[in-house]
This record gives sequence, C-alpha cells and structure tokens, in this order.
Amino acid sequence: MKADASQISYRPKLGLAAASALVLLVLALLPPYIGLYQTQLLTYGLVAAIAALGFNLLLGYTGLLSFGHSAFFGIGAYSVAFLLRDAGIHSMELYILLGVPIAAITSALFGYICVRHTRIFFGILTLALSQVLYSLALKLFWLTGGTDGLRVPRPTLLAGMVTFTGAGAFQRFINGYYYYVLGVFAISVVIMWVIVHSPFGKALQAIRDNETRAAFLGIRISRFRWVAFLISGTFTGLAGILWVPLNGLTTPEVLYWPFSGEIVFTALLGGFRNFTGPIVGGIVFTYLKTYAVATTEYWQLLLGVVLVLLVMLLPTGIVGAISALYNKLRPKEKSS
Amino acid sequence: MILLQTVDLRKQFGETRACDNVNFTVNKGEFLSLIGSNGAGKTSLVNLISAHLTPDSGQILFEGNDITFTTVYERIKAGIARSFQIVNLFDGLSVFDNVAMSIFSRDGKTVKIAALAEHDQDVRNETFDVLGQFGLKSMSAVLAGGLAQGERKLLDVAVAYALRPKLLFLDEPTSGVSTRDKSQIMDTVSSVVRAGAVTAVVIEHDMDVVFRYSDRIVMMHEGRFLADGTPEEIKVNKDVANILLGVPLSA
Repeated sequence: MKADASQISYRPKLGLAAASALVLLVLALLPPYIGLYQTQLLTYGLVAAIAALGFNLLLGYTGLLSFGHSAFFGIGAYSVAFLLRDAGIHSMELYILLGVPIAAITSALFGYICVRHTRIFFGILTLALSQVLYSLALKLFWLTGGTDGLRVPRPTLLAGMVTFTGAGAFQRFINGYYYYVLGVFAISVVIMWVIVHSPFGKALQAIRDNETRAAFLGIRISRFRWVAFLISGTFTGLAGILWVPLNGLTTPEVLYWPFSGEIVFTALLGGFRNFTGPIVGGIVFTYLKTYAVATTEYWQLLLGVVLVLLVMLLPTGIVGAISALYNKLRPKEKSS
Repeated sequence: MILLQTVDLRKQFGETRACDNVNFTVNKGEFLSLIGSNGAGKTSLVNLISAHLTPDSGQILFEGNDITFTTVYERIKAGIARSFQIVNLFDGLSVFDNVAMSIFSRDGKTVKIAALAEHDQDVRNETFDVLGQFGLKSMSAVLAGGLAQGERKLLDVAVAYALRPKLLFLDEPTSGVSTRDKSQIMDTVSSVVRAGAVTAVVIEHDMDVVFRYSDRIVMMHEGRFLADGTPEEIKVNKDVANILLGVPLSA
C-alpha cells in the first residue's frame, strides 16, 4: 500500500516565492529614491551577495571552510581584464560567457587538489593556492600590470544594445548596470536555490552532517565535494566578473587572502546555516565596510570588533538571529 | 543457501587479534545474532565485511563473488548495508530527508542537480512507506537531531533498510535505550526486516533480545567463533554460559 504523501507538504511554500518577488520588486524600485551613490553601493552589495552565495555552498551546505575564494573572484575579474586587453572584447555578455568557464576550470583544478582533505587542511590548501595566484598577479607585471593592476572601462550591455559614452555616461552606467547585476543576481539565487534543494544538494548536506554515514549510503564523498567546490568557485568567479566593470580596475588585492577573509565574514555576518544569510551578509558587509572606511583609518580594527561581537552574540548571523526570534515569538500551532 | 561467507578472515591491531581466522557464514533469509563480550571482535568483523576495515588476510565472498578488496561503494551496490553502534544520522536534515537520502543514493538520483528533491514522487512515496513501517511517519518533518534516543535508533535502522539491501548488519540497535523501548525497537525491526525478506545480522548484548528474535546465534570470543547454533542450542552451551557469566573457559 502506498503511503499518503499528502499528509506533510514539502512543496516550496508560495509565501517564499511571493516574499522573494516582493524583495526583488523593492530592489528594482529603489534607485530613483536612493540616489546614484547608494545605487552604486547596492550594486557592490549584490555582487558580494553572489560571491557569498557561492561560498556558502561549500561552508553552509558541504561543511568545508575555504580561505581561498579570493582566487575565483580574482580569476573572474582578471579574465574580464584580459578579454578586454588581449581580445578587444567590450561586451558584458561575452565577459560572462567566457569568464565563467575560466573560473569553473580554475575551481575544478583547485577543487581536485583540495577536496581530498577536510577541516584545517582543506582551509590551508585553499589559502595556499589562492596565495600562489596572488603572487603570480603581483610578480608577472608584463601580464597583470603588477600592483598597478588592469583598467576595465565600462562595457556594453545586452549584446551592444546599451552603451555608455558621452555626457552623463557614468550616471547611466550606474543605473543600467544596477539592473543588469540585479538580473544576474536573481538568476543566481534561483539556480543556487534549486541546487541546494536538489537531491545533489541534499547529498551535500548529508556529507556535511555525517561523512561516514553518507559514505555508507553509497555517496561518493570526494566526487560530490569536488562538484560543490566547482560550483562554489564558479559563482564567486561570476561575482568577480560583475565586480570589475563597476570598480573600473582590478589589482592583485582581490586575490589576496584578506579578501578571502571578507568573503568568510559576509557568510558569518548573514548566517551560513540558512540560504538567505549570505545574501544579507553580502549586502550588509558592503555597507559596513564602506562606512567603516569612511569613519576611521582604523576601519579594519572596527570590522574586527564587529566580527568578534558577531561570533559571541550572534553565532547564527543576522538571518539566523531573526529566524530564531521569529520562531520564539510566533504563536505555537495547536496539535489536533 | 549461503549469502555471505568469510574464509580465514584475519585482522590484527598491534598484539590484539580482532578477527582470528574467522570462517563465518550467513544464510539467505535468516535473522542472525552475533554475540560476545566487549572486545570479542564482533564490530571488527562487521567493519571488515562492510569495508570499514581492510583485512590482513582471508577472503570475503558475497553471493559467491570475492568482495574482499572492493570499496564501500561497491559493497553497498552489491547489497550490503549497515547501521552503527553509535547512532549515525544526518542531524541537520529532517527524518524524511534522512530516509529519502538512502533512496536517492540507491537509485543513483543524488547526481540530479537541476530538479527539486521534494518533487520526486516515487522517492516521496517510498520514504513515507519506510517511515510508516518504522513508526516514524508522524515525525517526518522533525530534524533527526531532535529525536529521542529510541527514535534515533529506529531511524538509524530505517536509513540502512531504505537501501533495500540483501544483507543488513545492525550494530547494537537497542544499546542506550530503556528496557521497554528495546522490545518495541526489536519488534519493529524484526517485523520490517522479515516482511522485507532481508537477511539480517544483529550485534547484541541483551540475551533476552537475542534469544527472542534470532533464528541462529553465533558467539565470538577473543576474535574467534566459540559457538554457533539455534537459540535452544546456545542456551545450553556451557562455553557460552561461562563467558556470559564471566567464568574462564578452563574453569
């Protein structure tokens, strides 16, 4: 006899879809009200959210803490710079189409080396590999421009249909690019949501919770971790691709380990044990860092204090804390 | 009909012989209990058969095929599953997802990345079916980490059972639970396993449980087999009684 599967609903809640659509609508309506600077800042925040979303597939869903995700962000950024300088490409779509596979290949290679290890060994390996890329970017001046970096002017959007030249180009770019990044962000969120709710995503969570048991269910641990690493790095690479036209310049700083630390920070800030945590963390961290830098020259100290307080007072991050509070305050369902 | 056979299986840890030329057979369809005092080598034997350990020498034959040096993955695909002495669950996943994960893995569906797990109706139905058999259906949405010990033990077995193995090893399925819960757990496990025509090998210390549910009992002592027989034969075996009462064999 078949069990009655209808008794408990595991279907995605309509409320979740409605809330997501509402958030997207609010984000789409914001620019005219918040001005150019805040729009630019929010674009940076959305880029950081994509990077954190990718990072969290490894930390939150697979249980692997990478200290080297700056490598993929930097690879994405430098790919754009190379495509522009060496191939004369100005199209944002081509940057994404060509840059994403480059980030994926790099992630696949790094992942192949790293996923054979876990815990601190995994973290140190990712850190070491990202530092190799940083050193190369720093020393190969003829290729990367060294500490001067490589300039990336404003690209064309939507297959060259939208260009940014002439008077008011900067303003038009910031507004247009915001919607472009928002679109990519929305697609990225949907793709990642499907991945973490797929059988593959559930298997990653099983590996995270209990590697031994997962192996005794026939799940090939290293292979799954490698694929998770590949996807994670690719998403972070995509963030790097989107970031560089906004920044106008890429330097070895984006490959340096403190930048990896910032990605870890974003996930912790938002909360890495839930899907939306890194998204919120990415946006909040962007504002936090911007205002910390503007407030004091000791901004790193300020961020350090925030990180300590976060770990001590909000170990589940902003979203985790809000979620816990909501669960505490909401009326309990009566059992029938 | 012999389902599993070990030939002179040997595993040594330093000076300790965990398995000392063990020749073990499991017949298809039987409910077998593996007993013995702590350190007798029971769990080591199961670890060797399930590929958690590699033997120093000897052979493991499953359905006539030599699986001695095959991987965990290959043994699971061949039809050998196990639960663990210390409950091994995915605590961050729901009870439903714990069992569903076994079914996804068994059916080779864990590679699906672009489809929502909850939309797989076959897996949903089978998961609820398995949970229903183990009396856990009402707890489907609860996180496994939030279950009581007895429920965790049952879920542990359900996760292994959902692989639909030919041979299921259960390592102390009632350890750490109350006497009342023990009977309930063993009643459930025994009826599900027998109804599913799964061959089961249970490591157990509680002799009431062993005598009540087993078709055959094998006793290990210091890495060797000491006795092998029906519950009635084991009950009157002097060596078994001596070991269980803590009296040396020579006494």
